[in-house]
Amino acid sequence: MRPVPTAPAGAPAPFDVERIRREFPILGQQVRGKPLVYLDNAATAQKPERVIDAEARFYREINANVHRGVHLLSERATQAYEDVREKVRRFLNAPSAKEVIFTRGTTESLNLVAQTFGRQRVGEGDEILVTEMEHHSNIVPWQMLAQERKARLVVAPVDDAGVLRLDELERRLGPRTRILAVTHVSNALGTVNPIARICELARARGVPVVVDGAQGVPHRPVDVRALGCDFYAFSAHKLYGPTGVGVLWGKREHLEAMPPWQGGGDMILSVTFEKTTFNELPYKLEAGTPNIAGVVAMGAAIDWLASIDLAGALAHEHDLLAYGTELLSRIPGIRLVGTAPEKEGVLSFLLGDVHPHDIGTVLDREGVAIRTGHHCAQPLMIRYAIPATARASLAIYNRRSELEALAAGLEKVRRMFA
Amino acid sequence: MSELDDLYQEVILDHGRRPRNFHALPGADRVAEGLNPLCGDHYKVFLRLEGDRIAEVAFEGSGCAISKASASLMTGAVKGKTVGEAERIFTAVHALITEGPDRADPAELGKLAVLSGVSAFPTRVKCASLAWHALKNALHADAQVASTE
Repeated sequence: MRPVPTAPAGAPAPFDVERIRREFPILGQQVRGKPLVYLDNAATAQKPERVIDAEARFYREINANVHRGVHLLSERATQAYEDVREKVRRFLNAPSAKEVIFTRGTTESLNLVAQTFGRQRVGEGDEILVTEMEHHSNIVPWQMLAQERKARLVVAPVDDAGVLRLDELERRLGPRTRILAVTHVSNALGTVNPIARICELARARGVPVVVDGAQGVPHRPVDVRALGCDFYAFSAHKLYGPTGVGVLWGKREHLEAMPPWQGGGDMILSVTFEKTTFNELPYKLEAGTPNIAGVVAMGAAIDWLASIDLAGALAHEHDLLAYGTELLSRIPGIRLVGTAPEKEGVLSFLLGDVHPHDIGTVLDREGVAIRTGHHCAQPLMIRYAIPATARASLAIYNRRSELEALAAGLEKVRRMFA
Repeated sequence: MSELDDLYQEVILDHGRRPRNFHALPGADRVAEGLNPLCGDHYKVFLRLEGDRIAEVAFEGSGCAISKASASLMTGAVKGKTVGEAERIFTAVHALITEGPDRADPAELGKLAVLSGVSAFPTRVKCASLAWHALKNALHADAQVASTE
């Protein structure tokens, strides 16, 4: 974990997991007669009261369309919406709020880059470089582009532990490489990729880097300037925010040069049947009425993270990862998939020859929610010659006792299927 | 018995661990595949018909305990049956796992009644029905891959 800057005077109270849990209404419930143990955070995180309230309050008190009305509510809605752009800028340490594009989520952000920036850059015989650990959302948009342009999708491999082979990646950065798309943190393995180093390698060859930050932002402070990437995409819902909203950050020079993606309202300056003049950034890339309440609630999530002892929270999460790794390693027959030295928040595993689906069903009856399957990373499953894994994934509100419940549930699985 | 024990009855666990008729069938005149892309369960069902009768049936592939046990039990249940009888069994099993024991014809089910626990687990219905859908396609000589997604 990168050190988090120490908070100034008037700093938030030191992190206390029990106090944080009380801010998440959903965590107090029982499922199947057992206390809910929510370990599916890489799929989506739960939301604190402040986020839920912010979305409801928007509809109760402010709701109006943005950038349109001359009336007071529209002014307030526009203000609330645009304030979040500045919050995201600060959150990512981006140079300008004009570089922050609101989207439906990481998937839409990546598709946007592929279909605008990508279409401009990639031609016949060119190459798009991705890694073997990408989520389908950072493979398929590039594959579609490659197909359309008669270009080639090139893949940088991972090693047995789930670490990206930087030497192999470097070898694949060739004269025809037009774009490198890479995940910050692997959703299936937990591996953290050395994005700053990767960007250096790519920059030396003039290759822009698109980073899938869906699993990055929930687990580590992100500074796009320090990373040196060209685009960074993330979703609000994995960051304790609402579903259906996310961000694409891009370097201004790229965004300026990109054509609009979707046509419609808000992205234009003037329209006649002969000619349309497109709006400036960021509106050029935001056609139609956006998810205004969602954006406002995403802002509340970012504010909430800024209001807690984040360094303490992330240290707690790292303690959980180490503790969970230790507990699982003690269970006979467990094979951890993804054992990179630098990991965030993911315990992907197999238990003997029990199918992950059966593991998931038994754990569910113990109140323990995990994900089973290929985690939208089928090429990675093929790499490890496995059909699926069981995955427990962490958030800052999890506690050690929940990992003990996971381990106890796995002992039950072992007894049943032995 | 808890719902979980009802799902993973000893017979199911046994068929999941040691599936019967679990092999390819050289000389099969009907083959159909079943695929659940969500969890990766993937089976091939082989049939050899003698006239209207299922003379031999076998399967191969991989998946969870429920899908494998259901496929294994299926091969035992439909062997020697006519196409029409196999279809009636399909209908009974489908009702059993989607709607519960009260909705299925016990006379058609026989040993397959051990699948009764599935209906309490909506997320596992697709697992239990996968090989059956492949069987149905095979009976109809339908070349399409059966998918439960």
